Amino acid sequence: MTVKEAAPRPQRPTITEPVWVRWLLTAIALAFLGVFLLLPLAVVFIEALSKGLGAYGKAVTEPDALAAVRLTVTAASISVFLNLVFGVAAAWAIAKYEFRGKSFLITLIDLPFAVSPVISGLIYVLLFGLQGLFGPWLNDHDIKIIFAVPGIVLATVFVTFPFVARELIPLMHEQGTEEEEAAVSLGASGFQTFFRVTLPNIKWGLLYGVILCNARAMGEFGAVSVVSGHIRGITNTMPLHVEVLYNEYNPAAAFAVASLLALLALVTLIAKTAVEWRTQRDRKELVEIQESLTP
Amino acid sequence: MTVLLKRRSVIPGFGITLGYSLLYLSLIVLIPLTTLFLKTASLTLAAFWEEVTSPRVLASFKLSFGASLIAAAINGVMGLLVAWVLVRYRFWGKRIVDALVDLPFALPTSVAGIALTTLYAKNGWMGQLLDPLGIQAAFTPLGVTIALTFIGLPFVVRTVQPVLQDLGVEVEEAAASLGANRLQTFRKVIFPSLLPSVLTGIALAFARAVGEYGSVVFISGNMPMRTEIAPLLIMTKLEQYDYAGATAVAVVMLLLSFVLLFAINALQWWNRRKYGAR
Repeated sequence: MTVKEAAPRPQRPTITEPVWVRWLLTAIALAFLGVFLLLPLAVVFIEALSKGLGAYGKAVTEPDALAAVRLTVTAASISVFLNLVFGVAAAWAIAKYEFRGKSFLITLIDLPFAVSPVISGLIYVLLFGLQGLFGPWLNDHDIKIIFAVPGIVLATVFVTFPFVARELIPLMHEQGTEEEEAAVSLGASGFQTFFRVTLPNIKWGLLYGVILCNARAMGEFGAVSVVSGHIRGITNTMPLHVEVLYNEYNPAAAFAVASLLALLALVTLIAKTAVEWRTQRDRKELVEIQESLTP
Repeated sequence: MTVLLKRRSVIPGFGITLGYSLLYLSLIVLIPLTTLFLKTASLTLAAFWEEVTSPRVLASFKLSFGASLIAAAINGVMGLLVAWVLVRYRFWGKRIVDALVDLPFALPTSVAGIALTTLYAKNGWMGQLLDPLGIQAAFTPLGVTIALTFIGLPFVVRTVQPVLQDLGVEVEEAAASLGANRLQTFRKVIFPSLLPSVLTGIALAFARAVGEYGSVVFISGNMPMRTEIAPLLIMTKLEQYDYAGATAVAVVMLLLSFVLLFAINALQWWNRRKYGAR
């Protein structure tokens, strides 16, 4: 979101480097990115297809793999929905009003990013695990959270907690409050104001937050690994299924499932780039309109 | 709620949105995190100390912090270079390269983990190149560092990029017209304005690397005392039902994360002050 279009820079000799330096620096940068980004990505797809298309198809359609896909989609949809509602509410409160302790609140919202995934899982084990705070009570009432689907959802919600909020807060802050104030003074209700005035202004940022939130939710490994218990076909998400297959010395199947996740990552990157272009275009249009209005 | 309000606003919904945000924040984040400290409080100080200074725990801290620091430093240098090339030079496929920088954010860590392990294993593409040189990457601390470098790659690039883009051409021209050569201009004019953002990026990459689990556990081989990172040790202790031990290690890591978070906020504040509004 923060990356703007590179301004066309005049290649004046005083403020740029000699050609050979430019070439050398570009080559080093690209070589570094090639080794660290492109090779891992390539190896996923090549290994996935190493046993042929038939084996690939079998690996991604076997019942355990399909169960993992279903669980991943379920956990991700619940997490994205909950964090979307929270993100909008938090951004509304933080961006449209002045109150004390605001920056502290923003720091608290960012907290899950600073916590190791393993600790994110651990805290729920300490709360709901058999030896945990509510463990005995849950056990008496035959409710399972840890080593079951609710625990996986909780851990996923935790690790993806800040995504939508942190995308929306700066954006809504930048939009200011004048448009909302105008809408309210013209008699619009809170919801009307949000859906007719605020939402159209923030839709791309919102979409971007949701895309990032979803990618992390589907790919989360550490936190989910702590609370899942690795029960095949029941509490294995796709990233966990990849681990299980890999540790069972079945790399081709592991990479086949991994390739689905890698595809998701690529789609995420493409969507992100598309949203960025869109926002840039909207901004440019806005600037042009503003310029045409000023005499 | 109204006590908190400094200025009355006509826009409705303050109470409900703030109230809901605080409730949700408490339920999902604050209360669960507090349990961690409550659980540690059940240990005596001596028991806590013995737990976190046992040789195996110390070895895992040393590896986690050491490898993370090296990886963050590599990312500091290479991230600055990548950001520079992406902002200042034109080459074919730049947009794709720019988009690809975020891959470590988007790629699930277990996928990155098995891919890196396959690459750097003895018979992997990179392993085959390194093996004749006598370098073992997979299942050594070097492998851990490689995985952490991958995971932290986007941070420095993405913090430096916007600052570099907004950097005025004028100061560089001024430096050049006053007789500075290109290297001097970079060292004395450009680099000082980039420094806060480079440091912020390094701190972010370090914070991420210390807690990282998924991409490391495959390539590290998980040998106690040698290639066992702190997050994995928490996991191992949990699997042995050593809740107190797992919690003690987690608290140390969490406190460090808070210190880092504070440092990052301070750095960003410095960055903003030094470099106007952003």
